[in-house]
Amino acid sequence: MSLIKTDKVTYEYIRRDKDGAVEGVNKAVDNVDMSVEQGQFIAILGHNGSGKSTLAKHFNALLHPVEGTVFVDGMDTRAEEHIWDIRQTAGMVFQNPDNQIIGTVVEEDVAFGPENMGVPSREIWERVQKSLKSVDMYTYRKHSPSRLSGGQKQRIAIAGVLAMQPKCIVLDEPTAMLDPVGRREVINAVLELNKKEGITVILITHYMEEVIKADRVFVMDKGRVVMSGSPREVFSRVSEITEIGLSVPQVTLLAQELKKKGVKLPDGLLTCEELVGEICRSLRII
Amino acid sequence: MFGTDRTEEQKLSPKVTDEGNMLRDITLGQYYPADSVIHKLDPRVKITGTFLYIISLFLVRDIWGYAVALAFLASMIFISKVPVSYMVRGLKGILFILLFTAAFNIFFTPGEVIWSFWKIHATREGLRIAIRMVIRLIFLVMGTSIMTLTTTPNQLTDGLEKVLRPLRHIGVPVHEVAMMMSIALSFIPILIEELDKIMKAQSARGADFESKKLSVRMKSMVPVLVPLFVSAFRRAGDLANAMEARCYHGGEGRTRMKPLRYVKRDLLAYLILLIYLALVILAGILF
Repeated sequence: MSLIKTDKVTYEYIRRDKDGAVEGVNKAVDNVDMSVEQGQFIAILGHNGSGKSTLAKHFNALLHPVEGTVFVDGMDTRAEEHIWDIRQTAGMVFQNPDNQIIGTVVEEDVAFGPENMGVPSREIWERVQKSLKSVDMYTYRKHSPSRLSGGQKQRIAIAGVLAMQPKCIVLDEPTAMLDPVGRREVINAVLELNKKEGITVILITHYMEEVIKADRVFVMDKGRVVMSGSPREVFSRVSEITEIGLSVPQVTLLAQELKKKGVKLPDGLLTCEELVGEICRSLRII
Repeated sequence: MFGTDRTEEQKLSPKVTDEGNMLRDITLGQYYPADSVIHKLDPRVKITGTFLYIISLFLVRDIWGYAVALAFLASMIFISKVPVSYMVRGLKGILFILLFTAAFNIFFTPGEVIWSFWKIHATREGLRIAIRMVIRLIFLVMGTSIMTLTTTPNQLTDGLEKVLRPLRHIGVPVHEVAMMMSIALSFIPILIEELDKIMKAQSARGADFESKKLSVRMKSMVPVLVPLFVSAFRRAGDLANAMEARCYHGGEGRTRMKPLRYVKRDLLAYLILLIYLALVILAGILF
């Protein structure tokens, strides 16, 4: 059984004019079918307004589909009685690090989720320790979040979700407001959780470099999933990706340009090492 | 002309940054960190204690009662390890009220005239009431500032939530109010930073926050406050989403990581409070 499954999901925003009369309907998510298996690292790509964040909010029942159904661990997100189970199963990390920190001390913020779930105090302590250690923020447990960097704040937000012991973490552009160092910190922490703890990760982003290690990539445009597959498959379609306003990783772009100049290279090169290897090989053949 | 413009700009920019730093350095509440028994006490004890102390101040009528109250206050200040200057600083805020109360009582209480000037008469009774009122106010402010100086804002809201819990039954949303208070506290530094950013952005566009004219300064605050409010609302929306995503659904069935628990010293503190109250009442009866 898939951990998350969306079945023909559609979500509409109703546009209203000043008097509140309906002006039109925006389809933010349009007929999306998706399924995510336990333990996968999924990336959802798309530029601003492609509907990727709206879709993400469906995964933990913050939004309900207008048409179609979302199943999280077999539970329909529209069922009121499952709402807390669903939010515990699929935790969510948001874009702005400041706007999701509730506590005034790091460890109290991480404890917020388990406190809401009614976990006994002793177990909360254990969970908080374990989650802070797994994002490498344990030494900061007594600090005030306002003094930390953006990357550190996001890792605390991740720890806060981890303390709820979810099966899946949905990250909605967690690195969009961070500097390159912070971005690396957060992405590495997420990758580690996926590898070591087997937590399913759904990463929503518009940074191509963060997508390379994903098991599966979905590309969204105007509310629809326009491409899906492994990063290699997706990035070999360079022209289609640039057409919807996204860019491919620099290495892939360089390989593409070299190919146009007559260097024999395969499609979908993603990392520097791969490209170097392939160039060496093609030179030897020549 | 160019020259003067430039110097004025230079004058303006460092001043604005200074102000930003100053805003950021404001400590939340007036917590004074120190390692004392009073700091370690359960916030509930301190809240009830302060409340009882205030009541006791209105029970005392004579010098002996005030002596007991003063002894209690002095020993608390001593145990709390908070410098007396911090306590006195709290009095500055009410200086005007103190003077006003004193003057009002001295000059407008009918009785035996001890000093008069033109149509104003000071009376002996007035003087007595005035001294009593001023002492009472000073004790009151110092007593409450012991609580705020030794308790972090967070502990204070936690304690208030627990102490006021019974009010739930008459429909007071105690948990919600406490939650709002603690969120408001944690958002103060974020909003101050935002205010600083907006002020810098507006002064880069020529807004004048330094003008001697009040009307100019007031007008230049409008384009600061509007974006600040807009962003505060947006943050509130985001935060509500984040809280819901982390299963927040009110106080029902919520557990705490650090639940408030009474230990021996808290019970001892309650005992001391009771002894103090008994002494105050005794002083009133005996003398």
